[in-house]
Amino acid sequence: MKMTHILPLLLLAGSTLPAHAATDPQADIDKFQHYYLKTFSSVERSDFANGAYAIDPVGRENWEAIEEFPPYEPFIDEGRTMWETPFANGKSYADCFPDGPAQRQNYPHWDKEQGQVVTLALAINQCREANGEKPLKYKKGAIASLLAYMAYESRGQVTNVTLPEDDPRALAAYQAGKDFWLARRGQLNFSCAHCHAGYTGTQLRTETLSPAFGHTTGWPVYRAKWGELGTLHRRFGGCNKQVRAKAFPAQSEEYRNLEYFLTMMSNGLEFNGPSARK
Amino acid sequence: MRMSYRAAGAALLALMLGTVQAADESVAAGKELAFSRAKGNCLACHYIDGGASPGNIAPPLMAMSVRFPERAKLRAQIWDATVTNPNTIMPPFGKHRILTEREIDQIVDFIMTL
Repeated sequence: MKMTHILPLLLLAGSTLPAHAATDPQADIDKFQHYYLKTFSSVERSDFANGAYAIDPVGRENWEAIEEFPPYEPFIDEGRTMWETPFANGKSYADCFPDGPAQRQNYPHWDKEQGQVVTLALAINQCREANGEKPLKYKKGAIASLLAYMAYESRGQVTNVTLPEDDPRALAAYQAGKDFWLARRGQLNFSCAHCHAGYTGTQLRTETLSPAFGHTTGWPVYRAKWGELGTLHRRFGGCNKQVRAKAFPAQSEEYRNLEYFLTMMSNGLEFNGPSARK
Repeated sequence: MRMSYRAAGAALLALMLGTVQAADESVAAGKELAFSRAKGNCLACHYIDGGASPGNIAPPLMAMSVRFPERAKLRAQIWDATVTNPNTIMPPFGKHRILTEREIDQIVDFIMTL
């Protein structure tokens, strides 16, 4: 299968421009999505929310069978219990998220006061700490369960990450995420874009390389390989290790900026987490 | 003194056989490295005759002595493919010390037989 490698090149061309040159995220989104829609012209746009299963019919059959009895279900219940259980001070998550648990569409976002990208996982721990509770570990366990419940309650919300125009630091964070995605990394020297844009749809041994368009929709994920639920940043770390690079900590600035960029690239797709993956 | 032709012939034959044997061993070692996930893992991306579940990211490895009449060019491609193609996805096996120089020689020995 011959792939066009124009997307990484186009995006790269943007990032090698001098810093004062305009970065245009909307133009990036259009180029990014157009690439996948053109490469996989028989796949419906909305189906990219299903990751590799949008383009791998055999994997999809197995996945649909697994979804009949979703392995993530008990974790949703665990997350609901967490949501409903008050903190030691009598307050609860609902005091931090007054609009309820269906918060997925509001994250990640640029927080002007904090001067950083705030993800839902970070907001959860900020809520806990503000209420005298210990922060949760970010890769798996309790936070994944709470994220699963909140994602479940948010199903059907549409990704719409925006870039505030009144704070240049937001654009810098976006650019940092984009640069991270395009940079070669690790002993194996792969960028995220190499496998998940340029070679999407080809097979690494028996694994179909998944499209990056839709990479952020289904988290947290029950992954058969993990035998449990894990967060997006856990997967980022796993990917970095697979290319034999040192992983950054979950919720590090690097990964939050990457999530900001990557989620924005999937604007328009529905959030459908939690989900199951091989 | 004169060494018999027979003795000289036997010695030469032994030497040749020894060389052939060493080459065979290198090809076998190269094959193991090429198929190993932790080492060369060529199969992750390339079809190789006899290898289970090859990837299809990169061209199949076949007719290699025709495609690479110069052994040194094939070796250089494995050592650091970004020299000839800056956008290549192929890992720089020599430059990043994914394989030792000797292991690369063994893989080249194997690949040249394909």
